[in-house]
Amino acid sequence: MINIVWAIVFVLVAPLIGGLIAGIDRKITAHMQGRVGPSILQPFWDVGKLFEKENAVVNETQHFYAVCYVVFMAFTGALFFAGGNILLVIFALTLAAIFLVLGAYAANSPYSYVGAERELLQIMAYEPMVILAAVGLYVATGSFNVSDIAATTEPVILLIPGIFLGLLYILTIKLRKSPFDISTSHHAHQEIVKGVTTEFSGPSLGWIEITHWYETVFLLGFVYLFFAFNPLLGIAAVIVVYLLEIFIDNTNARVKWQLALKSSWLIAAVAGVVNLAALYLFYGGAA
Amino acid sequence: MINNEKFVYAEKGGYLVQLTQLLLFLILFPLIAAFFLLVAKTDLVRDWIVKLSALAIGIVSVVLLISTYDKGAMLVSIVPAEQIGLLMFVLEMLIAVFILYLGVKYRKWHVVLLILVQSAMMLYFELVHAHGIHVESNLFVDEFSNIMAMIIGIIGSLICVYSLGYMKFFHEHHTEMPDKRPWFFFVLFLFLSAMFGLVFSNNLIWVYFFWEITTLCSFLLIGYTKTGEATNNAFNALWMNLLGGIAFAGALIWLAMDGGTAMALSDLLATGKVIALVPAALIGFAGLTKAAQLPFSSWLVGAMVAPTPVSALLHSSTMVKAGVYIIVRFAPVYQATATGYLLAFVGAFTFLIASGIAVSQSNAKRVLAYSTIANLGLIVACAGIGTYEAIWAAILLIVFHAISKSLLFLATGTVEHRIKSREIDDMNGLIVRMPKIAAMMVIGIAGMFLLPFGMLISKWAAIQAFIDAPFGFLFIPILAFGSALTVFFWAKWMGKLLAVTSDGRDIEEEVDKSEWAALLTLAGLSFITTLVFPLLSTKLLEPFLLANYGQAAFLTQDNILIMILMLFMIVLLPLSILLPHRKHRHLAPYMCGRPTTQDLRFAGSLGIQKKAVFSSYYLQPYFGEAKLKPAGIWLCSTLIVVMLLAAALKGVIL
Repeated sequence: MINIVWAIVFVLVAPLIGGLIAGIDRKITAHMQGRVGPSILQPFWDVGKLFEKENAVVNETQHFYAVCYVVFMAFTGALFFAGGNILLVIFALTLAAIFLVLGAYAANSPYSYVGAERELLQIMAYEPMVILAAVGLYVATGSFNVSDIAATTEPVILLIPGIFLGLLYILTIKLRKSPFDISTSHHAHQEIVKGVTTEFSGPSLGWIEITHWYETVFLLGFVYLFFAFNPLLGIAAVIVVYLLEIFIDNTNARVKWQLALKSSWLIAAVAGVVNLAALYLFYGGAA
Repeated sequence: MINNEKFVYAEKGGYLVQLTQLLLFLILFPLIAAFFLLVAKTDLVRDWIVKLSALAIGIVSVVLLISTYDKGAMLVSIVPAEQIGLLMFVLEMLIAVFILYLGVKYRKWHVVLLILVQSAMMLYFELVHAHGIHVESNLFVDEFSNIMAMIIGIIGSLICVYSLGYMKFFHEHHTEMPDKRPWFFFVLFLFLSAMFGLVFSNNLIWVYFFWEITTLCSFLLIGYTKTGEATNNAFNALWMNLLGGIAFAGALIWLAMDGGTAMALSDLLATGKVIALVPAALIGFAGLTKAAQLPFSSWLVGAMVAPTPVSALLHSSTMVKAGVYIIVRFAPVYQATATGYLLAFVGAFTFLIASGIAVSQSNAKRVLAYSTIANLGLIVACAGIGTYEAIWAAILLIVFHAISKSLLFLATGTVEHRIKSREIDDMNGLIVRMPKIAAMMVIGIAGMFLLPFGMLISKWAAIQAFIDAPFGFLFIPILAFGSALTVFFWAKWMGKLLAVTSDGRDIEEEVDKSEWAALLTLAGLSFITTLVFPLLSTKLLEPFLLANYGQAAFLTQDNILIMILMLFMIVLLPLSILLPHRKHRHLAPYMCGRPTTQDLRFAGSLGIQKKAVFSSYYLQPYFGEAKLKPAGIWLCSTLIVVMLLAAALKGVIL
């Protein structure tokens, strides 16, 4: 069931794709703002430069957490693309996310501390919807294994549109896009400096950037699962979803964490739960 | 699916005698040790009695496991039942007189009323019905009892060992309180004895007797310090548990009026749902009180006034575990009944609400208390659903929760004595001040909510169980939201511990040896159980589920391998710090460009140096106790009333 080859391919190729996506993202964002923008390879040059810099830290443990963050994020994505159990993938994702938070706490600095707490609030905001999404995929396809879900011929998106909507909503949090870039942001408008990543610099920060690329590819893979019955449609959906995220990022001001938490939970509770209940009642639940 | 054939009557002769001896040893030995401790006046003697007894109890519970290995459930009948039954009744009445005396003395009239009602019920039961009831086998042992015995025998004993150092320190620093350590250790070991009795008893009258002893022990331990608050909270615990005791007594009378043929647990579960549902609902209610489910959660939170080992014992290996033990025992009866689902909802909402309240708590022990209540809620939810998968999840939760929670309580107790605070905000940078203890707390916390540790495996199992059970999908959102809250409050605590401050001083060498022994063993157990969990599942849980449900749940090989891989990553990655690497340049944290020192002192206005201090989010307006608790109490009370009505309706009509 677990396909090692795909896991290795993910670990090697995902940073390249993720970096490219980031580059395209910056280009499109620039155009939306009436700028020319950097080359789409710019993220690679940026990260390359970070690795050439000195690794200045507040204390030694930070670098360790940054490394754990990238290792477990790569592990999460590898497990996903190898076709593993999707609940296991989600729990591994939480573990990876916690390492970044711990790294921010470990620095014992005011800005990274606020960033860490906000990052936890964000995790709390998206976690229920992610679990509901996994369960929704299970009910629609009869399996928790990504390999089986990806191979399904069921039009999953038609069965769980509500859950997909909920997932789209929290995807904005996970991709660190406005209005939910509360704990840290790619843009220079944060009131808490750089939040969780304030005290990271040089190679440590480089690893965190690469982790973000891994995460982006993994999340888009998750989106693909809803359209897996038709691979072409799936790829198209992934592209549309990402473009939509860029659009939202550029048209929304950041909100307070209260609104982020309340709205995510409300959408999970309404769209997610109603969809799940309807699926059970009319579709007979899991076979 | 449930039938008596699963109980193999151990053949007369050699093995049966050996088994009986083992069971009686585990029940009686702690009792004997307790009496010795009552008369042991010097520290040295007490130390040796506790350490040797703990060792003996631990070893014998492992021996019991080995000797019953692969033998299934076994009934034991060669104990002189009549005389013991009479003795138990006399003791129950003496306890009732004792509680009555205390109730009058402290003017706790609700306790007086409850104990009078309960005694009257038991008196009626004994005089009218008892002589007609004959239970063939009073003791039994199966895989579930074995797991419980290991938890009591190993974790319970470790807590007793830890108490040696803790209580010594406690009385050295609280000289205003009378040093009643002989009494303290007497009750501690009595508690262990009662717990063993409870999990090995097949006769429900015996279960009831041990049940009441655990109520009494917890009452005595909570009130140990004799302060006004302690006494009040002890009585609070007492009246709630007496209410449960009354329900239990009601179940016994119901069964007796039904002819008394099903007074043994094995017989009752074999009769099917018709007779068993009403007593199961009543005993389930008793279980809810003991497991501190909403609306009865306040006694467990109030129990925090007791010395920390008491909390550790109540939360991990005794008391609340007795509550969920009995509910899990009756799970086959609850399965697919309205009563069962309502019970499951009480548990599920308790999980959600208690997790929410835990977010708002800043006191470490209160966070632990609410987390215990929440996890017990999840166990109750699984047991109420009662499918084989749900029971698999429930028992795993019991095991892993016991280990992580005892570790966390004991570590918190040790920290509290050194930093003189239970506030989580005061534990900032503990990894610098008490590196080993902080590391163990981190292991304990990770054990509660992170992959690949036990509690998360159990939650995963619970999700699977909910999905596959009819109407189980109703519980999925509750679990999903509750888990998100859990991640929040554990992670912010973990982050506090791991913050590296530069002004900390290592104060760890003052910690007593007995505390180290208990903490290290429990930390080791956290890893070992995660590693051998597949073995635990195949060798103990699967036979138990097969015997009781005809089906067994398990994890697939792939997933187990992945988790073992993750465990190794978790263990090996920290070691990478030991590898030779370039020293990084150290800079002061960013403070908006103010001149800042490494220990967060910055030049404030008027040239005064100030120190930056951090405090966590507690989200009081959203998750405060004052907001969530009343809602939880009303919701769960209503559910309980409907649950009892549903059981009564079915019991009367059928």
